[in-house]
Amino acid sequence: MPAIFEPGFFTSSPVHVALVAGGAVAIVSAVIGVFTVMRGQSYAGHAFSDISVTGGSGSFLIGISPLWGFAGASVLAAAIMDLIGIRKPRGRDLATGIVRGAGLGLAALFLHWDTTQTSASGVTITVLFGSMFTIASSIVPVIVAFSLVSLGVAALLYRPLLLSTVSTDLAFARGIPVRLAGAAFLAAVAVAVSLSAMTIGAILSTALLVGPAATAMRLTSRPALAFAWSALISLAATWLGVLLAYDSFYWPPGQHGWPVSFFVVTLIFVFYLAAQPVASRRARAGRASAPAGGE
Amino acid sequence: MTDTWTVATIVAVAAGVVGFFVVLRGSAFVADALPTGAFAGAAGASLIGVSTLTGLTVFSLLGAVSIGLLGRRSRHDVATALTLVMMLGLGALFLSFSTEYAPEIYSLLFGEVLGISVQEVAPTAALAAVSVAAILVMFRPLMLSSLAPEVGAARGVSSQRIEICFLLVIALVTSMALPVVGALLIFSLMIGPPAAARAFTDNPYLAMALSVVVAMVTVWVAIAAAYPTNWPIGFFVGALSAFWYAIGRGWTAWRRTRSVRGAPNRDGGTPAVAC
Repeated sequence: MPAIFEPGFFTSSPVHVALVAGGAVAIVSAVIGVFTVMRGQSYAGHAFSDISVTGGSGSFLIGISPLWGFAGASVLAAAIMDLIGIRKPRGRDLATGIVRGAGLGLAALFLHWDTTQTSASGVTITVLFGSMFTIASSIVPVIVAFSLVSLGVAALLYRPLLLSTVSTDLAFARGIPVRLAGAAFLAAVAVAVSLSAMTIGAILSTALLVGPAATAMRLTSRPALAFAWSALISLAATWLGVLLAYDSFYWPPGQHGWPVSFFVVTLIFVFYLAAQPVASRRARAGRASAPAGGE
Repeated sequence: MTDTWTVATIVAVAAGVVGFFVVLRGSAFVADALPTGAFAGAAGASLIGVSTLTGLTVFSLLGAVSIGLLGRRSRHDVATALTLVMMLGLGALFLSFSTEYAPEIYSLLFGEVLGISVQEVAPTAALAAVSVAAILVMFRPLMLSSLAPEVGAARGVSSQRIEICFLLVIALVTSMALPVVGALLIFSLMIGPPAAARAFTDNPYLAMALSVVVAMVTVWVAIAAAYPTNWPIGFFVGALSAFWYAIGRGWTAWRRTRSVRGAPNRDGGTPAVAC
């Protein structure tokens, strides 16, 4: 045991906070992520994490809580993306890119003002790379509350969203407000991503949104199972990452541990690659059972 | 100051040319991911003591290959996102090993265009020339595989090979432009001006030329505005790109309403639906 869990892992309070907050964010990202990947909106999900940086740096300037800055900026960006309103994936990615570029431009300006007025030059790095071990324990209830709300929205949107993702025409025929469901979903992604970007950093928020969901969709084609797999993979990667980062304190080059973000991202990447054989076996089985052609 | 203008203009030309295909192929995410991810290579380079340009080049080329390979078996946006976060994860690791790197990240992300020295002109120009030449050589197959992949495949244009080549060109432009103008700037230049240019003309050559001109105007205005205000140049480029995009979209919408309204008067039939 002590070889795996370095002494103090279970008693250290930063580790507790990292496990609870990181775990909550990981599950939310994984669940929202399945829809995100299905709908091909990974880029939007990634863009929100950067745009929330704009809100974060802006909130330092006007002196509001970073939480509102993060969430506000990305929900605003979601609204703009939806207003531009392109349904074709190519054009949609382009619009996302434009919004992200303008958002990051503003972030540059805000950070410039931040750094000339205060001395918060580390803000960019903190926001970008994040660290689960520096989460303030006071925001844990907020994170858990927001996570529950996001999960609730996802559950509420489950059927209409699934139907409109699989077939827009069918959803229309059933009287589902496709556009509204899409907009509500984009807002949910924005909230979830800004939450995770603030807690665990922008890199991890994209990684947890896309990686576990994509892996889960390689493992199964049933939506409900995909959600379960995705949440499980996401949680496993996060907790294992925290553990490895804690242990790495004693690894070379010493003095301080390796970043959590690195471990979590690497685990997610490895999981994704490891799921490849399963995906190809499923594809073969699918072809064998339907030799008459079609899909 | 003249070096700044020269380098920024070179970057604008390369970004305008490559960006035309970025927009045409819908590769905005890739054009975004490679610069963002590549700057981790700069951190790695400073760690093992090689030049920043080497680190950037190696990382962006690796990123391009990884996106290309992963993209064969999975959705393209997933492949891109996973490659991006893996590169950034490595960047976080490199940064944790070296302590004195923090301010440099900021300049790599947002650009340090006003601090360009004369030594940087020659390598930038060389890499830009290579990327523009590569695009011009691949022009026809690229057009074909972007607009009609099936026709391209029938004519023996492998869309996978073209995709890899195109990704490598983006990587090249990235590593050339990143140290001088920042990850954000090169990305905005690669999508804003070409998107606007495509709205105004259907002719590919004209659109490409227009996109180069708009990109050049963007960097010139941005430099001119950043100099007296001392605001980051990335802000002006990001804002201007969004502005060009808005103009392009507005023009498309206006032309569409005009053609729909004008069509019945001209031929008396049902209005043609522009798409």
